[in-house]
Amino acid sequence: MSADFVALSLPPLVIGVLAAIACALPGNFLVLRRQALIGDAISHVVLPGIVVGFLLAGTVSTWPMLLGAAAASLVAVAMIEGIRRLGKVEPGAAMGVTFTTLFAAGVLLLEQSDTSSVHLDVEHALYGNLESLIWIDAVGWQSLVDPVALAGLPPELGRIAMATLGIVIFMAVLWRPLAVSTFDEGFARSVGLPTGVIGVALVVVSALAAVAAFDAVGSIIVIAMFICPPAAARLVTHRLGAQVGWSLVFAVIAAVAGYVLAGHGPLWLGFANSVSAAGMIATVSGVILALAAVFGPARHRAGQAT
Amino acid sequence: MAVGWQLRPWRRWLTRAPDPMLREALTFGLGYNATLVTLGATALGMAAGGAGTYLFLRKRALVSDAVSHATLPGICLAFMLMVALGGDGRFLPGLLLGSAVTAGLGLLCVAALVRRTRLTEDAAIGAVLSVFFGFGVVLLTIIQTLPAGRQAGLEGFLLGSTAGMLLPDAVLIAVGGALTLALVAVLHRPFTLVAFDPGYAEATGWRTGGIDLVLMALVMAVTVVGLKVVGLIMVVALLIIPPVAARFWTDRAAHLALIAGAIGGVSGYVGAAVSATAPGLPTGPIIVLVAFGMFALSFLAAPGRGVVAVALRHRRLQGAIHMRQGLLALATGQPIYEALTLRLLTRAGLARADGVATDAGRARAAKALRDERRWDVARSSPSLAGIAATHDGLSEIETVLTPDQIAEIDARIDAPREVT
Repeated sequence: MSADFVALSLPPLVIGVLAAIACALPGNFLVLRRQALIGDAISHVVLPGIVVGFLLAGTVSTWPMLLGAAAASLVAVAMIEGIRRLGKVEPGAAMGVTFTTLFAAGVLLLEQSDTSSVHLDVEHALYGNLESLIWIDAVGWQSLVDPVALAGLPPELGRIAMATLGIVIFMAVLWRPLAVSTFDEGFARSVGLPTGVIGVALVVVSALAAVAAFDAVGSIIVIAMFICPPAAARLVTHRLGAQVGWSLVFAVIAAVAGYVLAGHGPLWLGFANSVSAAGMIATVSGVILALAAVFGPARHRAGQAT
Repeated sequence: MAVGWQLRPWRRWLTRAPDPMLREALTFGLGYNATLVTLGATALGMAAGGAGTYLFLRKRALVSDAVSHATLPGICLAFMLMVALGGDGRFLPGLLLGSAVTAGLGLLCVAALVRRTRLTEDAAIGAVLSVFFGFGVVLLTIIQTLPAGRQAGLEGFLLGSTAGMLLPDAVLIAVGGALTLALVAVLHRPFTLVAFDPGYAEATGWRTGGIDLVLMALVMAVTVVGLKVVGLIMVVALLIIPPVAARFWTDRAAHLALIAGAIGGVSGYVGAAVSATAPGLPTGPIIVLVAFGMFALSFLAAPGRGVVAVALRHRRLQGAIHMRQGLLALATGQPIYEALTLRLLTRAGLARADGVATDAGRARAAKALRDERRWDVARSSPSLAGIAATHDGLSEIETVLTPDQIAEIDARIDAPREVT
């Protein structure tokens, strides 16, 4: 039992939790800055990014695709800003124009490939394949200290761990400037903070989180984790530090509960097959948000009747 | 991550000869079904452009994204229900009905989150679209394990697929698109009113809440009808891109809806026709890319609001300001340090490269100085102050004031006198 757990469930569980944390952290600031949908836009343009990365590299390997995805998200951000500023279009519409177009281009590129496994790949980009990230070499808990077995860990685990670490460090270092420029941009500028650079840095970090998490778990979780845990946390507390803390708690709960429910829930109900873990994690995060929206102590707007 | 992609060499796609089938497709020569799909896509595009205009004017374009993603669980539930009742799960009207139900539910969730909690609309939209879509994915994986689910083809609703479309489906889409279009045309007035001045609309007896509801219902209808053609991820493009593109061409709401409808219609028509010419050209992405092409054209080339026009206007204004300042400097004998000013003056033959005025330059400078003085007088004159206040400082005085008014001003300026 424990050998099965370590080999089959532990890696996806850890990856799911790390991905949730990586997205929820910058998500807090995106939600506060009313940029929540940037995460949505970025996760859509990941698809053309990996396709172009593959076309340019010519081989099926992870790094070109990840680089392509990262580049595509930066292109998307530049396009949104360009359309917004030069064309004087409101940000929501600029986002809508950008991500649908890039996504369409990605699908077209994919369809131009031989069609055998193509549809499956679009779906992978959307749902990910969390369940398949197993650790074949593990024989039990003792494998965690066995260097040979550790070398056989899914590579996604290392990548998402590094990305999460980077994001945690970014947040810790830039915590004050981020908080100040989020709540009072005018004041931040008057004390000499480069608010524009901070804003761009936040978007870049979000893109990094989206790409790293997408690699492991697909776009759906990325959008859900950017928005649902921070939004739920915002309805629970008035303090920024506490909000980030709660959002992490919610993200971890969603990831663990979602994974367990997807893997075992159907079996408890008498079905033979498990369901999509990514979809279930998103669903659980939605349930958490719904509960927070009904019971959260800080759910009301200032001055709104209770 | 994906394994085993086999891409056709990229170059071949780029250098492919123009397809003789394209003309056939554009003139409805590719058979009954393809023609119906093309007509349906055109009607859909026009309806989407029209309905999207009011969404855009209310600055709520991305609400449609929540609506479209929220259709997925409905499609899956409808499929499961129809299979459970012993029917064919792929019955399109049933699936669309199911999708409309959960799309409506998603809209209600967005509205409730915004009204009842302190979350902003963008967070509510993102939460609803990801959660509903995630739940839909869960249902999809359940369906795949059902005996009837193997060939369900529900994935076709993600990206749209017109390839295996049956005749009744095509008719449904064409009729649905036409109906939505008619509704947009009928409801133009209240939509505009609510978009620009909800308070006034309320005061004149319209129920803004109700009108908003109708607008959302229309958006939902477009989304649902568009699911099969463009797919639920890209259908928002039809609602967003045409109005954004149309906005570059006009400042009038009525024209905006018409132009957006036309852009949407052309996108649907050209996109569906192009995709019918060859396999591997999926309808949805082609329609979206055609729409984007028209957006890019509008963005760059539209007179008035297009980027090129704005840049040219900016340059002209800059030139005029530099010219005026330069001439005043010449007239008062001040040195000119500004490089652009000097370049403009020398190019017009008004100054030499070292900043000394030519004869023509001295004449123009004297006129500029005199006109400055005339404006000063005009500003202090009770009868002309109104006109002078709106003066931008750049247009020639002769184009703003009548000769009589100028003569009146000149009478108050001390005339040149003989040197004694």
